[in-house]
Amino acid sequence: MPVLQYREAIRQALAEELTRDANVVVLGEEVGQFHGAYKVTEGLLAKFGPKRIVDTPISEAGFIGMGIGASMLGVRPVIELMFWSFYSVAFDQILNNAANVRYMSGGQINCPIVIRGPANGGTNVGATHSHTPENVLANHPGIKVVVPATPYDAKGLLKSAIRDNDPVMFLENTMLYGDKGEVPEDDYLVPLGKADVKREGTELTIVSYGRAMVLSLAVANTLQQEHNRSVEVVDLRSIRPLDMDTVLASVKKTHRVLIVEEQKPFCGVGAQLAYMIQSEAFDELDAPIGRLCTIDSPSIYSPPVEIEQLPNVQRILKAALEALA
Amino acid sequence: MSKKSSAIADVRSAAGTPKNGPAAHPVNASLSADQKIGLYRLMVRIRRFEERSLRAYQAKKIGGFLHLYIGQEAVAVGCCSLMGKDDHVITAYRDHGHAIGVGMELNPLMAELYGKVTGCSKGKGGSMHFFDPARNYWGGHGIVGGQVPLGTGIAYGLKYKGLKGACMTFMGDGAVNQGAVHEAYNLAALWDLPVIFVIENNGYSMGTSQARSSAGDLARRAEGYGMAWGVCEGHDVYEVRACMARFLEEARTNSKPAVVEIRTYRYRGHSVADPDNTYRAKSEIEEYRRTKDPIQVFQAQLLAEKVLDLALVEKIDVEARAEADLSADFAEASPFPTAADLQKDVYWEADNPSERKSGGRLFFN
Repeated sequence: MPVLQYREAIRQALAEELTRDANVVVLGEEVGQFHGAYKVTEGLLAKFGPKRIVDTPISEAGFIGMGIGASMLGVRPVIELMFWSFYSVAFDQILNNAANVRYMSGGQINCPIVIRGPANGGTNVGATHSHTPENVLANHPGIKVVVPATPYDAKGLLKSAIRDNDPVMFLENTMLYGDKGEVPEDDYLVPLGKADVKREGTELTIVSYGRAMVLSLAVANTLQQEHNRSVEVVDLRSIRPLDMDTVLASVKKTHRVLIVEEQKPFCGVGAQLAYMIQSEAFDELDAPIGRLCTIDSPSIYSPPVEIEQLPNVQRILKAALEALA
Repeated sequence: MSKKSSAIADVRSAAGTPKNGPAAHPVNASLSADQKIGLYRLMVRIRRFEERSLRAYQAKKIGGFLHLYIGQEAVAVGCCSLMGKDDHVITAYRDHGHAIGVGMELNPLMAELYGKVTGCSKGKGGSMHFFDPARNYWGGHGIVGGQVPLGTGIAYGLKYKGLKGACMTFMGDGAVNQGAVHEAYNLAALWDLPVIFVIENNGYSMGTSQARSSAGDLARRAEGYGMAWGVCEGHDVYEVRACMARFLEEARTNSKPAVVEIRTYRYRGHSVADPDNTYRAKSEIEEYRRTKDPIQVFQAQLLAEKVLDLALVEKIDVEARAEADLSADFAEASPFPTAADLQKDVYWEADNPSERKSGGRLFFN
């Protein structure tokens, strides 16, 4: 099976969907001639031409709103945000128009748009460029939110997102773009709303997603090899819809839970997860639900301290050992 | 409403209509008598609908906001009457006139105001959020200026799909200072999108006059984007049509955007909740009503043209009042949606479970 980088898997998904459906159009800053700020769209302009791969001005409210309007007519725009952090200037378009137009029209209008780009810290770009808005986005009924952690999932989930008739927010990670993994060349889909047990275990469930899941997986291997502890890792992959069945099945198996997320803690995804787990599996729990987040301040620039601010293998290992104690 | 506000009122002399004025423009000269009466009837129907809705609001049948269009009727009717089957409309929250202008029936509109399940949005949108995509009417949007990128996107979609037509994207004069509007202007001009940005300038962004809120001329800002622009008076439906026709044709034929400022006036406050006693003089309203009321101006014109007579004026008015009353009866008799309807029309997938591809929970109760 071919081994691809995470960015190449996303590119392959875009190319396959552009080929499959003439209504799919890729728009964003530097997606064409520049080949993408993170080279995700490299080569697509030459292959598909300027009608399908559209360089936009730096104008997120304008081109995201425009994409939403076009999607109401049946175009399927896939909009790249150079950083998800820039969603803030297009917030009204996403949350009032994409999320609400189907509802406010009594179901008469659909909004099949995908907005994708990286949403993460860890690259020393400071507080303005390090937002992780999956919790903010998922707070709005009408919106779907996906956070892929592996090349395989990134390709399969993006293809599902593009075919979805609801607006899908697709949150990637610049720290993962170079990660490699096996990616089939065939036309496979990973459905939204299906979590994946990335590692089986018996003593503790780590529920995570995105890069925090990748780090958690490494910690789980360390715990097995160096501490002889068996940890199961559940990768949510999709925040909304949310696959609670897989989470609860794992909790019923291990009876201990640690949530690991690259989110600030207050009102984060983990807060909702912890509520639901205690509500639906209280009797299964042998210990309070643990939670490890990004430390609660604006994202710091200083490179060594930013590593400390984010979930990292040392912090996750410490939290996991506490959860296992 | 008392009879004093009847459509039969001071008849302005139409003797001054110049031969080269808006009435003589081909887009108006080519109208049949029936078509002219149709435009007049539409304006009267909008006004009587809104007057009836105001009474319902005062009787607490309608909640939230009610932004009335009274005084501005010639704008929506003039613009929407130029629509071909391929043309589209989107507007902001003062949206009743455009909805009726594109041909929506009064019953589902009044029922929407009443929050009833028979409303055009099943009671989920309210006054600010009327929609009828089957009539190319894309709302009805509540955030000032927020609909302007959407209208640009509809025009982009038309061009992308190789479809005919243009999108009239309405906004108020308060919207012109929103960033999203300027971003949309730039994209429309940069990519030659078939969109007409129509600024309905009623003089006040809520309670702040144009002089206190906007620098420079509103439509002239188009020059900064290399776009065509125009200004016309919105109390004269002939003038609105004459002005809009050439910009629409340019958009349809050559995919060129434009900004058009249509000067108009609203008689009521920003919304019904606005007591309207702090920022303008009553005499200003009365002066406009006396000299520029769009219905009376057009009525005088059509009387002079012998298209209307006083008996027909009265008949149209009586019928419009009756239709508005019937729509209120319909709304009153209709059921409310139920709590079980809350989570319908949120996700396409949730409403089409047999075609659902995703797993997991979509709602979190």
